[in-house]
Amino acid sequence: MKEELFISGRDIPNIDPFLNIWHWQIPLYLYLGGIAAGIMFFAGLFTIMGKEKEMATTVKWAPFLVPIALVLGLFALFLDLKHEMYFWRLYTTVRMGSPMSWGAWTLMLVTPLSMIWSATYLKEAVPNWNWKFKLIEQTIGFFTKKRREMAWAMMFLAVVLGVYTGILLSAFNARPLWNTSILGPLFLVSGLSTGLATIIWMSKNKTERRIMSQIDIVLIAVELFLIVHLFMGFLSATAVQVEAAELFLGGQFTVTFWVFVVILGLAFPAVLEILELRGFHIPIWIPALLILFGGLVFRFVMVEAGQITRYLY
Amino acid sequence: MRYAMAIDTKKCVGCSDCVVACQTENNVPHGYCRDWIVENVSGAYPIVEIELRSERCNHCENAPCVRCCPTGASHTVEGGIVMVTHDECIGCGACIQSCPYDARYSHPDGYVDKCTFCQHRLEKGQNTACVDVCPTKCLHFGDIEDPYSDVSLALKNRSWKVLAPEAGTKPQLYFLT
Ligand code: SF4
Ligand code: SF4
Repeated sequence: MKEELFISGRDIPNIDPFLNIWHWQIPLYLYLGGIAAGIMFFAGLFTIMGKEKEMATTVKWAPFLVPIALVLGLFALFLDLKHEMYFWRLYTTVRMGSPMSWGAWTLMLVTPLSMIWSATYLKEAVPNWNWKFKLIEQTIGFFTKKRREMAWAMMFLAVVLGVYTGILLSAFNARPLWNTSILGPLFLVSGLSTGLATIIWMSKNKTERRIMSQIDIVLIAVELFLIVHLFMGFLSATAVQVEAAELFLGGQFTVTFWVFVVILGLAFPAVLEILELRGFHIPIWIPALLILFGGLVFRFVMVEAGQITRYLY
Repeated sequence: MRYAMAIDTKKCVGCSDCVVACQTENNVPHGYCRDWIVENVSGAYPIVEIELRSERCNHCENAPCVRCCPTGASHTVEGGIVMVTHDECIGCGACIQSCPYDARYSHPDGYVDKCTFCQHRLEKGQNTACVDVCPTKCLHFGDIEDPYSDVSLALKNRSWKVLAPEAGTKPQLYFLT
């Protein structure tokens, strides 16, 4: 039996025939949020472990990128809004049922925290830096003593932020590709891995890079496992989710996803990192760049493909 | 009280009068619409069947668009009507993503817009514009909790379905089959 649907008198821009209301801004926002979460998590972790000296890039220097990433991310979100001048409405209520709302609030907490964190290390980065005002000097001095407490807060908020980047999508029951709770951990792990790649790229210290590469290999393995899990879940679920999975298993996103995300963005860099650990000489920026690129493509693909999937009726 | 609509798919001829009536009544910008007609053709020639449906927002009882709205612009008012307050809406598009029926659109002015069950007319005791204009009288509207309302009577002796009940939104458009 064949079934055909005609919709007459309806051709709304960005909705018909396929929903395409979120463009590059949202995936970029999720991507930058993920990187920021990754860097913050490891900065917090190694501070708590008392490894500020050995892991200087992780703890001190890479976090300078976090506020930049977050501000750029928020700016991308802002660009996505169609009624921008009412942006402040986001911050007049807290709506726990809406991931968009608690995500915006999380960013409101995370961004100043990451700025303060970097401020406490500014003097080490720029030795003759002068805060000029005594009050600022004292405040920064106060926070410098509270780094451990801040590290705990950063780790916690990094996990919230990382999971949020996935939950933002998975909360939409109407889009079968997104409507799976695996997206939370998957985006978190992917965010941690892209954060690590940034740190590895920046670090000049061999031991630090070694430790980070080892962690990264584990994270990539977890990510690959979660991706397999994602598809197993889809293929054993309802018709709409099977259809969503088929976009990646022969459908229009197959090549982009498997070649750029899975092979070039995960598997290949993991192999390079393993070889590098075994003593082969591989410029470290190659796997780092591949991971960063793969993470970006992953978010673009997920956002775009998800909007195509829908209920059938 | 809960407003609902019953759409007689056996009587609808797909003339799109309801679409035009809505566009006129609600000043819907050119190229957009709050209701539309779906023709569902099924079967294998020569035995085919056509189902005509006048669709719009389902004013869901469990509305995901209200839940996911970060500002509270999307909200439910008396009678279960789902409304959007224009100057609270930031145009983030979350509600558009959350609607299984693609019933919302982004208005050229930035906010999100959709069917209001002509709330401004209901307040004056009138029917929705689409119901009033339908030449075949295939749209029935009213309070579904009142057993003698037009919609309840229409549903009484007929078989009906709702669209994508598995999405779990408890939609309030009933299609008479
Ligand atoms: S049909 Fe869509 S827009 Fe209307 S109430 Fe349901 S989810 Fe919301
Ligand atoms: S687009 Fe407007 S109505 Fe829709 S979820 Fe965002 S703020 Fe709410």
